[in-house]
Amino acid sequence: MRGGDDAGGLGGPDTREPDELYEKLRAYEGQAAAVGGRGKDPVNEPMIRHWCEAMGDTHAAYTGPEAVAPPTMLQVWTMGGLSGHSGRSEAYDELFALLDDAGYASVVATDCEQEYARPLRPGEEITFDAVIESVSERKTTKLGTGYFVTTRMDVRADGEPAGTHRFRILKYVPARRRVKGAGALGSASPAPAPAPAPAAGVAGPGAPERSRRPRPVINRDNAGFWEGVARHRLLIQRCGSCARLRFPWLPGCNACGSPDWDTVEASGEGTVFSYVVMHHPPFPAFAAPDRATDTAGPYAVVLVELAEGVRIISQVVGVEHDRVRIGMPVRLEFQRVDEDLELPLFRPLAPDGGPGGGPGGGPDGGPDAAPAGVVGRACGGSGRGGR
Amino acid sequence: MSTASAPRAGDTLPPLEIPVTRTLIVAGAIASRDYQDVHHDVELAKAKGSPDIFMNILTTNGLVGRYLTDCFGPGATLRKVAIRLGAPNYPGDTMTLTGTVEQVEQGAVGAEGAAEGGTATVTVNVVGANSIGKHVTGTVTLTVPAGPVRTAGAGAGGDA
Repeated sequence: MRGGDDAGGLGGPDTREPDELYEKLRAYEGQAAAVGGRGKDPVNEPMIRHWCEAMGDTHAAYTGPEAVAPPTMLQVWTMGGLSGHSGRSEAYDELFALLDDAGYASVVATDCEQEYARPLRPGEEITFDAVIESVSERKTTKLGTGYFVTTRMDVRADGEPAGTHRFRILKYVPARRRVKGAGALGSASPAPAPAPAPAAGVAGPGAPERSRRPRPVINRDNAGFWEGVARHRLLIQRCGSCARLRFPWLPGCNACGSPDWDTVEASGEGTVFSYVVMHHPPFPAFAAPDRATDTAGPYAVVLVELAEGVRIISQVVGVEHDRVRIGMPVRLEFQRVDEDLELPLFRPLAPDGGPGGGPGGGPDGGPDAAPAGVVGRACGGSGRGGR
Repeated sequence: MSTASAPRAGDTLPPLEIPVTRTLIVAGAIASRDYQDVHHDVELAKAKGSPDIFMNILTTNGLVGRYLTDCFGPGATLRKVAIRLGAPNYPGDTMTLTGTVEQVEQGAVGAEGAAEGGTATVTVNVVGANSIGKHVTGTVTLTVPAGPVRTAGAGAGGDA
């Protein structure tokens, strides 16, 4: 997210649908957000001092016997804190519930406009009312897609107008983050190494050792997947809210935005949904791991559709690259590709991927028909990942 | 600071560098009674799609206010602070606040509480930039005693 993701096309709800939610949200414009709200504490010196300490603010007006509160604390006196807000209207709660239920559960403040009518002094009691000024149409930002909600609050001190506070927040579904080093379609993708070993392709019989594949980047979002691999279980995430299955692993549901999930274990059955054959540059590490010799010849990168419906980028073993076909039934197996890396790979059900393996090459003309450049780019697009 | 004269439109204010520490983010959030987890809990912030905790808007508001009163001295009073947030302030970054005087009017305009003479109303455009981009842009209106004020000449550095 940081300095990275483009806003376009990432996350967010289906924009082809008419925005019925917006019509519902709009109905709340002009309704009260808070009525008769009451500050939990009167304006007081300790809170002023704590604020000034945090901000590093040494302004003379905020200390001493004649101290006033920093005007920018205006909102602070209205905050609910851990015990929650008082005076918040049903309309406001409903508006937020609508957004939460639709998956727009994240919130970030974007604008704050304050006008100070008079200084606030220790001992003064704070009361406030607020109105929902506006709700925007659905917007896509770098953070994600959502709706801006603007409220205006009138703050009183001992009953006198003390200031106004206009506040805008974005309620949103976070944009999807990309996991560096992992393919956009799956952490299990045998991502081509960023730079091939210098001696790639000429490793002869006397070659000292097999080239090693790049290590997967394991982070908190996909650690559970790799723990599953270690136990020879291919785990698919299932949304805790709408039960949609998703793969590769992500922190939130693409369908409803919920961050809750559990896992289901893949049965291991699948079919080749698509594939490309990598000719050049050669990556010896990706030669099929059950080959007798370490050759750097072409290899197939497959997109396998699992029986559960999700797809995973992987590799098919036990079949020559030019025998891989769309629709070929495959079965999961875990292979140790080097001393400390096991990967979920696939093996054709029909021996040697023969004619029984599926409907054949199909309209894409078979692997060798594709120019190397196109194939290379296709691989890069799905596997190279990290920018 | 380099010059001591009444503020004029076009003046630039001396920049203020704010190291965005984890402590500042958490202290600012708690001092503003903002207990949203994204401002103090890394794990939950990440679960919500943020790479780390980030500064809350009330702290940014407070820092912008402090920047202006630091620049304009003990007699300055904030009247209006309007800010918009952009790039988040994550721990380890540095936010540099800069300001340009947009307008100066003699007399305390619309300031019921401070009708004393000899004041000027100053409007300043403020930008707080971090390594990602502009964290905050805003406009601040304040009243200042009509008199000398610290503004930056060319390339003025630290504060007095």
